[in-house]
Amino acid sequence: MSGEVEASTEEQQEMQDTVVSPEKAEEAKLKARYPHLGTRPGGSDLLRKRLQKGQKYFDSGDYNMAKAKMKNKQLPTAAAEKTEITGDHIPTPQDLPQRKQSLVASKLAV
Amino acid sequence: MPLFVPVSFPPSERDQKADIISTVEFNYSGELLATGDKGGRVVIFQREQESKNRPSSRGEYNVYSTFQSHEPEFDYLKSLEIEEKINKIRWLPQQNAAHFLLSANDKTIKLWKISERDKRAEGYNLKDEDGRLRDPFRITTLRVSLSHLFQWHFELQVQPVKVPVLMPMDLMVEASPRRIFANAHTYHINSISVNSDYETYLSADDLRINLWHLEITDRSFSILYAISDVPLPILLKHVLPYIVDIKPANMEELTEVITAAECHPHQCNVFVYSSSKGTIRLCDMRAAALCDRHSKFFEEPEDPSSRSFFSEIISSISDVKFSHSGRYMMTRDYLSVKVWDLNMENRPVETYQVHEYLRSKLCSLYENDCIFDKFECCWNGSDSAIMTGSYNNFFRMFDRNTRRDITLEASRENSKPRAMLKPRKVCTGGKRKKDEISVDSLDFNKKILHTAWHPKENVIAVAATNNLYIFQDKLN
Repeated sequence: MSGEVEASTEEQQEMQDTVVSPEKAEEAKLKARYPHLGTRPGGSDLLRKRLQKGQKYFDSGDYNMAKAKMKNKQLPTAAAEKTEITGDHIPTPQDLPQRKQSLVASKLAV
Repeated sequence: MPLFVPVSFPPSERDQKADIISTVEFNYSGELLATGDKGGRVVIFQREQESKNRPSSRGEYNVYSTFQSHEPEFDYLKSLEIEEKINKIRWLPQQNAAHFLLSANDKTIKLWKISERDKRAEGYNLKDEDGRLRDPFRITTLRVSLSHLFQWHFELQVQPVKVPVLMPMDLMVEASPRRIFANAHTYHINSISVNSDYETYLSADDLRINLWHLEITDRSFSILYAISDVPLPILLKHVLPYIVDIKPANMEELTEVITAAECHPHQCNVFVYSSSKGTIRLCDMRAAALCDRHSKFFEEPEDPSSRSFFSEIISSISDVKFSHSGRYMMTRDYLSVKVWDLNMENRPVETYQVHEYLRSKLCSLYENDCIFDKFECCWNGSDSAIMTGSYNNFFRMFDRNTRRDITLEASRENSKPRAMLKPRKVCTGGKRKKDEISVDSLDFNKKILHTAWHPKENVIAVAATNNLYIFQDKLN
């Protein structure tokens, strides 16, 4: 019973905030879409992302290949994907997963 | 508020691959306007002088010089690409016939000399008709022979070296790099600022500020002035590599980065730097070699009850500019422009809302990264007006005396030569009037991040993505 009362008080507070501040309303919207946002500890992900702007390449060979826009970019990276299928046939290049860009983790990643 | 019209110089017909303009800057006289772009190129425009023959062309800016300032590089140690995009251009005051400017990408700053050549030396006779260099000993020879009369006979064969004559030629503008200041920034350069002593300049990245001497490229200095109040001569000390260093010992403790820095226009020992938390620190280089203790700390108190997830992000200062008088400074954060009196640290003296209607759109602006856009701001020559950009190719001007503001648009449709710019208005809710634009139809890809105001006249340059617009006061 008391749990219900508390919940409704919180709801009332949120409603009040929505009426009072558009910024808080936007925050609520964001938190609804990305519940894990802002809960990770240790410095700001945003700051770290900002410090390392620019695409990271595996090495200079990788960089030169990317520059030349070769089709060999389809080859996988050294780190294996967790969902890699160990299947029943030898994979051909078309079966291999497309190489992911080595970007800094998205701010929305968990 | 001056009434602005586009200068008859139309926006250039740049092809689709033309690069996004990343910086715009007038020189000290306003005669030259430099732009830097994402492709590492610098284009300098020169104002055409008034002439009775073509009165309609008064005030036009035409291309004066184009050169490739920076090239893309690859940092092998970190496997990171270093963009060639020009982040900032700053002119040096003109001291002789040539013009000098500093251009910076993320890592390297270059000093460029732009000089004119309108004469060519002609009439050299150092080469034969077939192009071979003449033997210098043969050009002037003295032949001595013994005549049959036993008299020395001197024969002077002279093909004198001709003194070349200077002949006029078509004007050629050359840009040459005179200094390259490299390898001093671990993080990305966001600002450069020339000191009022015209001998030093500072460069700032996310965590550190360097002070350079324009003549010396192999290291940057922290500078201590001699004990007396006379600013010259300068005592150089290789004490510390940076004048500001906010890098924490443990990077996980990082909470704040440097976003912009500028030297005071008159006091060569004073500079300011702004942070991602909306604070500004004023430092005096006479106080210490490492300016980690600020002389002044500017911060507007925040109402804790209104704090949200977005508060810190939108308070991050994207630009800081001293007024020409040196008495005020202006900061730009995401939604507003603030004017600070240097003598008052606890709050700004003026606050202008640029696009307050975006406060109810912060969620989507965060998702599309627009909330991190870095808008610049600028003063007019007399410090009576300020200008900054917004979205949808809109830019805003505020008159500090009358408190009036205006929204204008930089677009081809609205830029017929000599037609006055029409004020624009964004409709924030309810019924949309004719000619108003609703917040939801704003184009957030059309952002005006870079604007510049002529130092003396009402002429403004506005960079809208890859187009440069120049407007001037109709009343002139």
